[in-house]
Amino acid sequence: MSTDVLGKPIKRTEDPRFITGKGRYLDDIKLPGMVHLAILRSPYAHANIRSIDTSAAKAAPGVLAVIVGADIPWNPLPMAWPAGGASGIRNNTNMPRILATDSVKWTGEGVAAVVAQTPEQAQDALELIGVDWEPLPAVVDAEKATQPGAPQLHENAPNNVVFEWNVGDKAGTDAAFLDPEVVVRQRLVNNRLIPNPMEVRGDIGWYNSGTDEYTIWMSSQTPHIQRLLLAAFVTGIPEHKIRCISPDVGGAFGSKIFCYADMALVMWASKLIGGLPVKWVEGRRESFGSTIHGRDHITYVEVAATRQGEVKGLRVKTLANLGGRLSTIGPGIPTTLYGRILSGPYKIPNVYCEVTGVYTNTTFVDAYRGAGRPEATYVVERAMDLVADELGIDPVEIRRRNFLPPDSFPYDNPSGLLTAVNGSKLYIDSGNYEPALDKALAMAGYADNAAKKAEARTRGKLLGVGLSTYIEVCGVAPSKWIGAVGEGWGAAMWESSNIRVHLTGKTVVTMGTQPQGQGHETTYAQIISHELGIPMEDIVIQHSDTQGTPFGYGSYGSRTSNVGTGAAIKAAAKIREKARRYAAHMLEAAVDDIEVEGPNYRVKGSPDKVKTIQEIAFALDLAFDTPEGMEPYLDETAYHDTPNCTFPFGTHIAIVEVDEETGHVDLVRYVAVDDVGKKINPMIVDGQLHGGIAQGVGQALWEGAVYSDDGQLLSGSLLDYALPRASWLPAFELDETVTPSPVNPLGVKGVGEAGCIASTAAVANAVIDALSPLGIRHLDMPFTAQKVWGAIEGAKGGRA
Amino acid sequence: MTELHVTLEVNGEHRTVDVEPRRLLVEVLREDLGLTGTHVGCDTSQCGACTVHVDGKAVKSCTVLAAQADGSAVTTIEGMGTVGDLHPLQNAFWEKHGLQCGFCTPGMIMAAADLLKHNGDPTDTEIRHAIEGNICRCTGYHNIVLAVREAARAMREGPIAAATV
Repeated sequence: MSTDVLGKPIKRTEDPRFITGKGRYLDDIKLPGMVHLAILRSPYAHANIRSIDTSAAKAAPGVLAVIVGADIPWNPLPMAWPAGGASGIRNNTNMPRILATDSVKWTGEGVAAVVAQTPEQAQDALELIGVDWEPLPAVVDAEKATQPGAPQLHENAPNNVVFEWNVGDKAGTDAAFLDPEVVVRQRLVNNRLIPNPMEVRGDIGWYNSGTDEYTIWMSSQTPHIQRLLLAAFVTGIPEHKIRCISPDVGGAFGSKIFCYADMALVMWASKLIGGLPVKWVEGRRESFGSTIHGRDHITYVEVAATRQGEVKGLRVKTLANLGGRLSTIGPGIPTTLYGRILSGPYKIPNVYCEVTGVYTNTTFVDAYRGAGRPEATYVVERAMDLVADELGIDPVEIRRRNFLPPDSFPYDNPSGLLTAVNGSKLYIDSGNYEPALDKALAMAGYADNAAKKAEARTRGKLLGVGLSTYIEVCGVAPSKWIGAVGEGWGAAMWESSNIRVHLTGKTVVTMGTQPQGQGHETTYAQIISHELGIPMEDIVIQHSDTQGTPFGYGSYGSRTSNVGTGAAIKAAAKIREKARRYAAHMLEAAVDDIEVEGPNYRVKGSPDKVKTIQEIAFALDLAFDTPEGMEPYLDETAYHDTPNCTFPFGTHIAIVEVDEETGHVDLVRYVAVDDVGKKINPMIVDGQLHGGIAQGVGQALWEGAVYSDDGQLLSGSLLDYALPRASWLPAFELDETVTPSPVNPLGVKGVGEAGCIASTAAVANAVIDALSPLGIRHLDMPFTAQKVWGAIEGAKGGRA
Repeated sequence: MTELHVTLEVNGEHRTVDVEPRRLLVEVLREDLGLTGTHVGCDTSQCGACTVHVDGKAVKSCTVLAAQADGSAVTTIEGMGTVGDLHPLQNAFWEKHGLQCGFCTPGMIMAAADLLKHNGDPTDTEIRHAIEGNICRCTGYHNIVLAVREAARAMREGPIAAATV
């Protein structure tokens, strides 16, 4: 029953249920009388709805109700994070309705719903709904959408522009480009991705007419936020009449942060049919149009540098495709979470970035793992390689020459953290970039590159080595920043924790954060065990239910370890303090004389006068003799705001071999040295890195949403959209440096997104390096065999 | 719709269900028999979350009609082992952190169990090929490979070595 668990690779306490088939995901829940809802989705990317005939569907077997948008008087979904926050930057906002009423803007937008006894009956009845469509011209590409004459999606958004946002010093940056020694320019496409957690989304809505209360089970990263949004912004139903529950969530990667129309739809449907529980679970193909997509930037990057490779200016113009209507925080991702960290780990004196958000006839776009930071890292890491290539300098050397030195921190960066307004200034908290780089180079055998390339060439392979020296921004967010005018959403983002040490010594911890596979039930228990000296097996971590947990903002943006753990530690400190006061009472000593060591509260100088926390809990929880002013029960709640984001960093190196005949790219080695500060559970940290790396590799090599010009999603199923498979990936070679973060008590930083922030650029740089002997300077992702083969043939003046 | 009478031996128990002809094996397992450890992750037989054993062979139960399995023996994750008596694969996935969200895990374990029946000492490459019909979005497969290798070792060396899966 050791409590020496912090920092140890403890096996996860949540795993027994998952490995024996006893996990409880949304679709595993069956409630008495439960019926099923299915949603009719638009087959057109852009069309007006003239009329909807539901009469045949209503008469179909098992059908209880058919719902169209006009039936539901509720508001459209809320816009929580406009670009530029409350600064007055114009955001031409168009939000989805629960069901579309007049027009649809992408294939997959919901237009009608059927509630039936079985899922099959609901699906069958959908086919009987007649929609009189007026198809309209569509546009799917953000650049084309802003051109004159492009189809217009919304009256309030001329040229399909959602917003125009900028950050950095325009005059200073323009000056850096007036007479530079070297300039490099490149158009970069950051391909659109489809998150695809293995569990699709779903909801169950249940209206109880006896209490006038709604319960919604949802596969969500943010049950508390959803209750707030559904109550205050969508339905007008009082918040205390709504309860949201996230059961086990089968992966999310950002896609389950948001307020989705189906959440409100199951509420409406349940009340409509008299209070039976109504379940909706999206199919995988349906998910491609009903759950958000990620990335999708077109960027023009320009770099001004000296001939010695010192970067003097970075000028970036990005078109961010946000889809047909906005998702909950869509505009915040390509602005604050992208533009403000474009300079990465480098000391670049002048940075200026303009972002135009664009409507297109595609699925809405929002935060997908990394959310803005992978896009920024891709820009600056490709830019570094392009400058190195232009100057004939090794990519390692160009990075060394531009790294922020270790004495720079805390550092105000010129791409925006400094320029945030109204006291919202953030700084890069810590960093020491070269040791991680050196370690990765040694692991990868970087010095032997030339020999390895020559050897590969004898086998008909082009070997390439790519670097990504990244930084990540974790812990979204300090409230002073995300709440500031011009930055975030004008609201806080702290976290919460309640700890109750019951009279048997068993301890229940409830958290406002919400796991989706990260192992919170283990890592929080490790922390609380360490803090209170209570064995892990006596601690249970609860979350996910707005009834019984304190309000919290959920888990995303790698925020749990920076923000959530702070709340847990603060609550534990309150528990210790109260236990100390009561121990003093029990031991008839002064509070100041009580020393705490693990579970033991002892009188200084009298080692035998001691009470354990379990004894104190037993006495205090039953207390009838508490000291004046002291309340019974060892029960404390804490709210914690982080003073700053944390900034993990590291070097990732990808080694690829390109088959010169077929264009097939094989990722043969992957080395990653990450500095995520101190670790609560190194086994879990490694797992987060592995998964993140794989997703980033997926973007570089295989994944990409493909739309036809008229807006049909051609990569609309898992047959067509290539998720990474085991046989396509190598084992990952990980190591670390440890630079503790100074902004939280544990010195941790966060690790959920670091892998995929780094890996996409590393693989892209490796593929371009492999192709560079052919004179290829850049190629856009994903590097499918067809695309690479075409590039090789083109470079050779061949068939393609 | 006429219902069909289907008889199955599921995790060693005799079960009979009356099903619509279009009903899939995974639906019968999850909905009729309450065995929700078998998951549905896609609709194109790509993800493998629904993998179970039918007459000892790993199959994607979303691609088998319940009627086709009539008379067969079906093993699901619930039949592999319990918390107090874990199968070596279940134990190894736990030990090696071979799962995060857990959604793909049952199918992954069933696919790996099929491999280990035929190959008691697979290489990493063989493991990666054996599970390429099962998608995991969380782990990057790294620790899954370690887990399968560890389970193979435990099964070769441990008391369960002689038993069938």
